[in-house]
Amino acid sequence: MVCAFAAIGDVLKPKSFAGLFGAAPSVALATLYLTISSQGKIYAATETRSMIAGAVAFFIYASCASWLLMKRNLSALFATITLMPLWLAVSFGLWFMLLR
Amino acid sequence: MNISVNFLALREAKWYQFALRFCFGGAICVLAGVIAEKYGPGIGGLFLAFPAIFPASATLLENEQEGKKQRAGLHGMIRGRKVAGVDAVGAAMGSLGMIVFATMVWQLLPGRSSSLILLSATLAWFVVSLTIWHLRSLFVQWCRHKPMSPHGDNTH
Repeated sequence: MVCAFAAIGDVLKPKSFAGLFGAAPSVALATLYLTISSQGKIYAATETRSMIAGAVAFFIYASCASWLLMKRNLSALFATITLMPLWLAVSFGLWFMLLR
Repeated sequence: MNISVNFLALREAKWYQFALRFCFGGAICVLAGVIAEKYGPGIGGLFLAFPAIFPASATLLENEQEGKKQRAGLHGMIRGRKVAGVDAVGAAMGSLGMIVFATMVWQLLPGRSSSLILLSATLAWFVVSLTIWHLRSLFVQWCRHKPMSPHGDNTH
């Protein structure tokens, strides 16, 4: 699943469009299939409720990564790894404030 | 902005580029499961939207673009980073589609066919992401072709 979405992203142009597939729900699909079969639909639905907070955090994370790459000329590896704590802080913060 | 497909890119891609993303994706699947087991589905669910393969994809794209420029006798570092930045803009738009995906599955999954809901939510992710991408493209084009004011003041 992950490789299929990655391959689609690799062959598409322009790169702003191909980038959509960098945020494809590939990991979510694979995990949800396994969760539904092992824990049931209610459990999986609870997980996807939290996924909303994770996706909002992803939006902020990717927007900041784009700014660092285009305006600050940082390397992709450095920018994307150093922003991981931001994703964690936003997603956990949102979950704690709104979904807990 | 026209969308095009370049299948040659698949032939040029190295096996480890897919292997790397497969490993990161698989690792996050396992991690999400373990965290959900230990701390409950509320915390585990956050990791369904973890940017697992994005760092690898952006780095590979940067290196690929840099290599292309270097083969043409140019430095290529700035180009590589700009292209990775454009890719990140796309990922940000895709994450808005991911919010729709998660909301649909959360609201519709209980009591319905899981395959149908997951398929519909994936389709919704694509349609929403594509629409946002298209609207942004139109806005960027409009900004580029916006006529200058008589005073030459074209700030926005």
